[in-house]
Amino acid sequence: MTRRVVVTGTGAVTPLGVGAVKLAERWAAGECAISDGAARASEFDPLEFLSAKEARRSDRFTQFAIAAADEALAAAGWTPELPYEGGRVACIVGTGIGGLGSLEAQEAVLRERGPRAVSPLAVPLMMGNAAPAAVAMRHGLRGQTYGVVSACAAGAHAIGAAARMIESGEADAAVTGGAEAAICEVATAAFAAMGATSPSGISRPFDARRDGFVIGEGAGMLVLEEAEAAAARGAPVLAEVLGYAATSDAHHLTAPEPSGREAARAIALALADAGLGPGDVDYVNAHGTSTPLNDRSETEAIKQVLGDRAYEVPVSSTKSAIGHLLGAAGAAEAIATIEALRRRVVPPTLGYEEPDPELDLDYVPGRARTLEPRANGAGDRFVALSNSFGFGGHNAVLCLGVPAR
Amino acid sequence: MPTQVTQDEVRKVITDGLAELGYERGAIVPDATFEDLDVDSLDLVELAQIVEEELGVELGSADVAELRTVGDAIALVVARAGS
Repeated sequence: MTRRVVVTGTGAVTPLGVGAVKLAERWAAGECAISDGAARASEFDPLEFLSAKEARRSDRFTQFAIAAADEALAAAGWTPELPYEGGRVACIVGTGIGGLGSLEAQEAVLRERGPRAVSPLAVPLMMGNAAPAAVAMRHGLRGQTYGVVSACAAGAHAIGAAARMIESGEADAAVTGGAEAAICEVATAAFAAMGATSPSGISRPFDARRDGFVIGEGAGMLVLEEAEAAAARGAPVLAEVLGYAATSDAHHLTAPEPSGREAARAIALALADAGLGPGDVDYVNAHGTSTPLNDRSETEAIKQVLGDRAYEVPVSSTKSAIGHLLGAAGAAEAIATIEALRRRVVPPTLGYEEPDPELDLDYVPGRARTLEPRANGAGDRFVALSNSFGFGGHNAVLCLGVPAR
Repeated sequence: MPTQVTQDEVRKVITDGLAELGYERGAIVPDATFEDLDVDSLDLVELAQIVEEELGVELGSADVAELRTVGDAIALVVARAGS
């Protein structure tokens, strides 16, 4: 008997505000959170969620994860008490870099005041697994707990890994997602040095003028549960993780394989994992970074898998509104995807005005539109793909479904 | 090198230090145990760094690991400063 995995709670801290609803509503309303070439989670105040001591002991990326997880658990009805034995709940959280801001600060302390002044908190602040450790400790989650590191695919990899644990029976539920806070001097300079970030400071995925991504920060966290257990406790089911797959380009340190072959294979495998075909897809939430290379190879990949259907399916990029959340991107975007399906609203690719002749899909320019049921569809649910591709050639794709009710 | 410091000066540095680490100032009294305050080994290492910065008194992590109360910490620093 196959175990199915449902999403029963979501939480997000993004440049569009604190809360999954703000992400969904503000993006759909066409709000862009980018200013001065970065997308900061400026509405976030850690002391709304943490004591002064807890805040001192967590890097900003961990603080984002804690706040987003609090929201997700509350939405799932997991507070004040866990509905599962803590040992049956996993906690898997992705990050691209971890506590880089803390590392940068302690490096300055080392140079200015010597090794004896370096904080004993430096390691727990910057370690890449700090977010899942903090979330697990806060809520008594005693199943498998670890961080996932795969650059900009980390959030999607984490959700996929957590879903697999539930499917396999290793866990009955999981708290999972991604978190990132890397808008600091080193990362900003380093991404610029490799030509990845936008010199114009504008995120306009798929547009002919796109010139790089805009760095963002935040976290997305989801509560996943085995479907029958969720139903037994009367949990609110927001969506189902219908399929997941991940592949590797094995091609280049940073550049995507230009034909999109391995990205396409991840998309195809995720659809196959869901038992679905191209005709079942209602919406594609693209990785859509606004870099010249990604948006071209991703377009190729979508076309390879969806064929003629690729030209009918709306494809939009959350990064047009919140920039690139790196290791949190896949998780925040999975949440945005779920909300798009739930609200029957396809959010737009903001800033998309000048089509690139090579990129010929429907990128949802201008404004949000109503998600139309498929003409030939079974009509029982809406289905979307959420793509995530990371430096290093990591490709992770989630296939998400929401009942049509 | 450290000059003579008074008990009051040490108490102020330690109280201010723990407050900076996020602890309630009113609870930081000589009789309070670190266990009750929820001050752990990481906090004590940070406290030792603050003491060194403010008073020039060097404490090792083994020294602070033995401390049980706020008063113990004050006494240890006073003794070290005077030696």
